[in-house]
Amino acid sequence: MPLPLAFNAELFIQLLVNGVTLGSLYALIALGYSMVYGILKLLNFAHGDVYMIGAFVGYGVLTLLGGPLSPNIAIAPLIVLMFLAAMVTSGLLGVVIERFAYRPLRDAPRIAPLISALGVSFFLQNSALLLFGSQFRSYDSFVLGSENPEFFEPGPLTDPVFVIRNVNVQLIQVIVLATTVGLMVALTLLVAKTQIGKAMRATSYDREAAAMMGINTDRVIASTFFIGSVLAGAAGVMFGLLFSQVFHFMGFLAGLKGFTAAVVGGIGSIPGAMLGGLLVGLAESFAAGYLGGRWSDLTVFGILIFVLLVRPSGLLGTRAIHKV
Amino acid sequence: MGSGGDIPEIPARPDERDRPRVGVDDWVASVEDRREGRAGFAGLARRIDDIVPAWARLAAFAAVAATLPLWMDRGDLFAYGIFTLIYILLGLGLNVIVGNAGLLDLGYVAFFGFGAYFYALLSSEHYGIHWPSAISIPIVIVSTALLGLVLGIPSRRLLGDYLAIVTLFFGQAFVVFVNAANPTVQGKGLTGGPNGIADIDPNDLFGYEVTTRRQQYWLILGVVLLVLIGLHFLSESRTGRAWRALREDPLAAEAMSMPVNRLKLMAFAFGAGIAGLAGCLFAAVLTAVTSGNFALPILITIYAVVVLGGIGSLTGVVIGAIVINVSFQFLAPENPQSNARLLFYGIIVLLLALGVRPWWRLGAVLGGTVVFGFAAHAVAEAISPSWTAGAVVEGGRLAELVSDWVIIPVGHDRFADAAYIALVVAVLALTRVHGWWRTGLLVPTIYLAAIVWETSFVEQPAVARWILFGALLVFLMTVRPQGLLGTPRVEIV
Repeated sequence: MPLPLAFNAELFIQLLVNGVTLGSLYALIALGYSMVYGILKLLNFAHGDVYMIGAFVGYGVLTLLGGPLSPNIAIAPLIVLMFLAAMVTSGLLGVVIERFAYRPLRDAPRIAPLISALGVSFFLQNSALLLFGSQFRSYDSFVLGSENPEFFEPGPLTDPVFVIRNVNVQLIQVIVLATTVGLMVALTLLVAKTQIGKAMRATSYDREAAAMMGINTDRVIASTFFIGSVLAGAAGVMFGLLFSQVFHFMGFLAGLKGFTAAVVGGIGSIPGAMLGGLLVGLAESFAAGYLGGRWSDLTVFGILIFVLLVRPSGLLGTRAIHKV
Repeated sequence: MGSGGDIPEIPARPDERDRPRVGVDDWVASVEDRREGRAGFAGLARRIDDIVPAWARLAAFAAVAATLPLWMDRGDLFAYGIFTLIYILLGLGLNVIVGNAGLLDLGYVAFFGFGAYFYALLSSEHYGIHWPSAISIPIVIVSTALLGLVLGIPSRRLLGDYLAIVTLFFGQAFVVFVNAANPTVQGKGLTGGPNGIADIDPNDLFGYEVTTRRQQYWLILGVVLLVLIGLHFLSESRTGRAWRALREDPLAAEAMSMPVNRLKLMAFAFGAGIAGLAGCLFAAVLTAVTSGNFALPILITIYAVVVLGGIGSLTGVVIGAIVINVSFQFLAPENPQSNARLLFYGIIVLLLALGVRPWWRLGAVLGGTVVFGFAAHAVAEAISPSWTAGAVVEGGRLAELVSDWVIIPVGHDRFADAAYIALVVAVLALTRVHGWWRTGLLVPTIYLAAIVWETSFVEQPAVARWILFGALLVFLMTVRPQGLLGTPRVEIV
């Protein structure tokens, strides 16, 4: 049955699919922001750059194993390996950043760790520029695993899994969505059911009281950074697989949007970050489709301002009590 | 901390650190910290800063700065003189926001850009409008300040973290707007897109056009001095004291019935206005503006200026701007590498001399590094001549010395990258070890730094300087958050 809509339904569905995939990326990034903010009340500006490093690690694994045009191993384990390597490296990077740039500033005035975070972000960006150069690196996910990559024959990642009104939903989009949902379920279970999750909740509620109850808050904070950065690393590889291009500056904008997603959903709230990511992704996709690509960033910025004006605590956040 | 050498060592209890100590609470401990902060070079600088009255510092700066054009050529005056002054101006504006009111403004550079673009629109060939500076500059300053006010309002209730991210986004949106959006007004792109706006009028002093580099320099110097004097009196005024109170403890300030939000917005608008003024002067000096001049790296540089000098100190901003801009220009791609090399090794030796005590330990480190270098060079050469076959970029006497000492391989692609990563790891490890371990680790770290310098930084000085500025911010924040001349603060809340 054709939808009784006056506009181009195929374009709409295409934008919806793109928006949901993009949104799941932003949600993964937003989770890292939100968790760290919830536990330390710190904006981790370097988070976007951890995501960028994750994307580069995925690219490095791909290159080590023969490159996108002629991988040495089958495509399924290859992608799993890329994800694992990127997630572990990003996670460790997050822990190192916390240990050296934020922990010495635990009791400093609020502004000091923010400036430190800015420095870390800038340092990582330019280190990537030094190590990998300024050119775009391509995952070539379009031809990844294809029989004849030199003839640009599409690989299995672009196979349509199902079709809605002539809009193909590609395998890679399904993989991204499934991975995101899997990671989020795992995270929710971790926070709700395990001992470390309980410790994290306690620490974010009141760090001092948690420390008095015998919780090793330093370790809890480190594991929060690890988990947040693991998610960012996974998002980095997803970005590479979806859009094929990774470059040293990609973390900046993605970080800003991930942060917006965290604020929209309510910073500090895990389901809020997921919802916010989805909303930001959809907004960006529709703005790009209907208004033009150059307006998508400004739209996200507008959403952030709007949410801050109307509901500063976000959609699912609890209203914070500010003394001043 | 303890200095009593003749007191016999009593073995410490295993839980010594956690036990309560009589008469040493947090406050007293922090006072001790502050006293300690006065030792060494930074402490000396601070004591001088305390003794010399403000007018004398200003007069000294003005006297030295005013004679600069008499012995500098035009290019140097532009790179070292005018740019330093612009950075001082930008740093002063940011200092009002970050230093006086304690707000984190990450879109500051967009105000600078807004000022420059607005000035360009009011006085250039772009639309054929040529307003005199006496009219256009005040208009620009006021509208930049208003823009700051408008931007501050949405984050009014949640100043602090939210302000940081809104302003960061604003900075990015400004670049996107100028570059890509470029709306058409009167048949022409408003901002000129990626090409920017060219043929901007020079500043004029009531009809007298300021065109040569010297005249521009003196004009900007005059403006900087006026702003310095104004800010000095401002910080002594009722508002200035209110800002300081606000920065130290917003809760107490609120309890003293200070209009906290209004004060914050005021500081924000005030800083934005100064950035707008800097933008006017900058646009007139460059005669063209493009969005690349107002992107993230410049923001980081301005932050480095303010943080290095010491947040909240006017003298600190001036010193920070001079240090940052001079090293910045030394690392500019068009500058001869021998200068940058000299600066690099000079800074390493200087830092060691300031940081490593006593003298024999310093001697051990320096001697050890030299010996270690020659040994490593010999070993590498013995393994394969290709490891040391590389040539040092650009000559100079220091380069000849260095080429026999540093490993510069040919044909080992990833060596420079590996050395860079090893250097980062070594520097991080340095912060975790103490005593002789640290001294021992310093030797390979310095050698690694030399390798990284000669193999990758020299080829990409522009990237190198951003890396160094980023690292500088983290280093200063973790080691000496008050910078060179700032006052250490104790957060009570």
